[in-house]
Amino acid sequence: MRWVNEHRARWRGVRWLAWVALVCLGSGIGFLALGEAAELRFPPPDFESGYSMPATQYPSARSQGMEWFDIAVLLATLGTATALVYAKRSRTGLAWLSGFSLLYFGFYREGCVCAIGSVQNVALTVFGTGYALPVGVGVFFAAPLLVALFAGRTFCAAVCPHGALQDLLLVRPVKVPRWLESGLGVLPFIYLGAGVTFAATGAAFLICRFDPFVPIFRLSGSLGMLLTGGAFLVLSLFVGRPYCRFLCPYGALLKVASALSRWRVRVTPDVCTQCRLCPSSCPFGIIREPDPGLMRPKEVSMARRGILVALAALPFLVLAGAGVGWVFGGAAARLHPTVALVEDYGDSLARGVPATPTLPERLALDRAERQSKDLLPRAEELRGKFRMGGLWFGVWCGLVVAMKWISLGMVRRRDEYQPDRTACFACARCFSSCPQERIRLGWSPAPDAVTTHPAIAAVHPVPSAKSGGCGCGPGATGGNP
Amino acid sequence: MLPGPSNDDRTSRREFVRNGLRVAGLTGAGVAVGALSHRGAAADTVWQIDPRKCLSCSRCATECVLEQSAVKCVNWFPICGYCDLCTGYFEPQPIGLDTGAENQLCPTSAILRKFIEDPYFEYKIDEDLCIGCAKCIEGCKLFGNGSFHLQVRHDRCLNCNECAIARSCPGDAFYRAPVEKPYYQFTT
Ligand code: SF4
Ligand code: SF4
Ligand code: SF4
Ligand code: SF4
Ligand code: SF4
Repeated sequence: MRWVNEHRARWRGVRWLAWVALVCLGSGIGFLALGEAAELRFPPPDFESGYSMPATQYPSARSQGMEWFDIAVLLATLGTATALVYAKRSRTGLAWLSGFSLLYFGFYREGCVCAIGSVQNVALTVFGTGYALPVGVGVFFAAPLLVALFAGRTFCAAVCPHGALQDLLLVRPVKVPRWLESGLGVLPFIYLGAGVTFAATGAAFLICRFDPFVPIFRLSGSLGMLLTGGAFLVLSLFVGRPYCRFLCPYGALLKVASALSRWRVRVTPDVCTQCRLCPSSCPFGIIREPDPGLMRPKEVSMARRGILVALAALPFLVLAGAGVGWVFGGAAARLHPTVALVEDYGDSLARGVPATPTLPERLALDRAERQSKDLLPRAEELRGKFRMGGLWFGVWCGLVVAMKWISLGMVRRRDEYQPDRTACFACARCFSSCPQERIRLGWSPAPDAVTTHPAIAAVHPVPSAKSGGCGCGPGATGGNP
Repeated sequence: MLPGPSNDDRTSRREFVRNGLRVAGLTGAGVAVGALSHRGAAADTVWQIDPRKCLSCSRCATECVLEQSAVKCVNWFPICGYCDLCTGYFEPQPIGLDTGAENQLCPTSAILRKFIEDPYFEYKIDEDLCIGCAKCIEGCKLFGNGSFHLQVRHDRCLNCNECAIARSCPGDAFYRAPVEKPYYQFTT
């Protein structure tokens, strides 16, 4: 035994001989007890000095309990935000809550788990195989949407860390022209379709990979993404919530849900006197002016015709989308690592790439060679999936464009200035711009019946909150012009 | 201000449609929850590396979204040979079998070599220094017992939806481990 040990330590060449000897001698009961040890080049030693082997450390992941805590925080902030919008109607409260959400979901949880990304997990669960949705992710996906079905986008108001970051940075909003806003408004839906397609095919989590703010929350990431994040931050100073309005895929879902909402955010819970003070107070420019709707028969028939043309074009748009999607889906399959590997492997076979085994790419090709029996059919299957995914994505894009077209022809009757409920982030900035609201809060003196008339109110504007009012109301310090 | 019965009708009709769609949406959500919960029970997973598939390519050191990779070298002591000439610790032709930096394979001197008894040495990893470059792992795998292996350390890992290393791992060594068994376990 001693002899064996000494030689093992000194002369590497005979180590395996020593191993054979050890096996032959059958010495060392502990050795035999180790099932896998028969494959080891050097048997683990028998220590004589009373040395006790250290335990390998396995630091545990964040505990399951914390996941429930995240859920609780989400539900609490969501409830608080909804109450602040509807009951308290307090911009100050929402700003503080935004700050909290930014710190907790943003900088503490580092932007993960988040509702925006959860769309992909849901897609992967539904379309993929062998992936089941974690409870926490499911709640982050569903809760804001359910709330939006009743109360609009209060999640965006002060819970979503992405929204909070952009919202708190907004210092000098510029007006985005309505046509541009409307045109860019299809992007979130397209991005949503792309994100779902890529997640469903198991190729990538696009929405996570190209999230501009998560690298900022983590204070680390690839240079490209950090620069993109920085650009978005700078943009947020002047353009209200650029990511929310023109990219956020979850915002697209929230738009649909809030279109059906039971209640909507109102600039004043009282009567709108049409004083026209509120539209400019919304940094996102989404307070719509009163509209008589289509009154004259000629206008009505024009609008009808427009919608009919759009409806007639719908099948063609969808078909065109499907065709384009099918073609590009095949090409996009390369974005799946397995497909890319198989294609590279084919290339290298054709060109006879010299072996440089240390490069990861070369190692991957070696693996492709070893596993080609499994990989080739797998890649073929994935290509098929991508073509189908591309097709559905094309259909989706066609539908989005058609719906946008149809919506252009729809004219709604509105009796008062009111936020577009699908686009309103429920930030509560507009509330304090409304003289009616200021009176309700006691910031402005209560009117006699006469001054409520819009014509008179315009000539005799109500005094500002700073100079008048009792100053004792809950939002007395919260006048956010 | 356009009064007229037709307008009220339209408003209430719109409200009716909206209510109907909302109920439909809620029903759909309920059905979806039922279907999804039927698909799989407790589903939480974390990323982990299967050491048998790892090709020691060193991408673990560079691809992680964290500044300091969440992947570290781990020594599974029960199969470690405690070799004097540890091929995971020393350069291929070391000048001497000592802790001189010129002899060490590890670029950050993250492996701590400690004499136990003749001729055995214990090798521990200082995780704050280890960058997960897999140099030592390659050495240990090629000429040793393979007790050094890379693992995603869950005190550091953010458990990204899409692990950036998994995406580019040439060995396809990453897998989603159930959260109850977050580390690869050797059979001994
Ligand atoms: S639109 Fe998207 S990013 Fe903006 S607050 Fe809403 S969920 Fe968050
Ligand atoms: S609550 Fe809505 S309408 Fe009012 S300022 Fe905020 S986003 Fe604009
Ligand atoms: S990327 Fe994969 S093959 Fe490369 S070192 Fe990490 S686990 Fe090993
Ligand atoms: S050689 Fe690389 S993987 Fe091994 S301990 Fe050093 S830094 Fe870590
Ligand atoms: S899941 Fe994210 S943090 Fe963890 S090892 Fe992968 S890239 Fe790094």
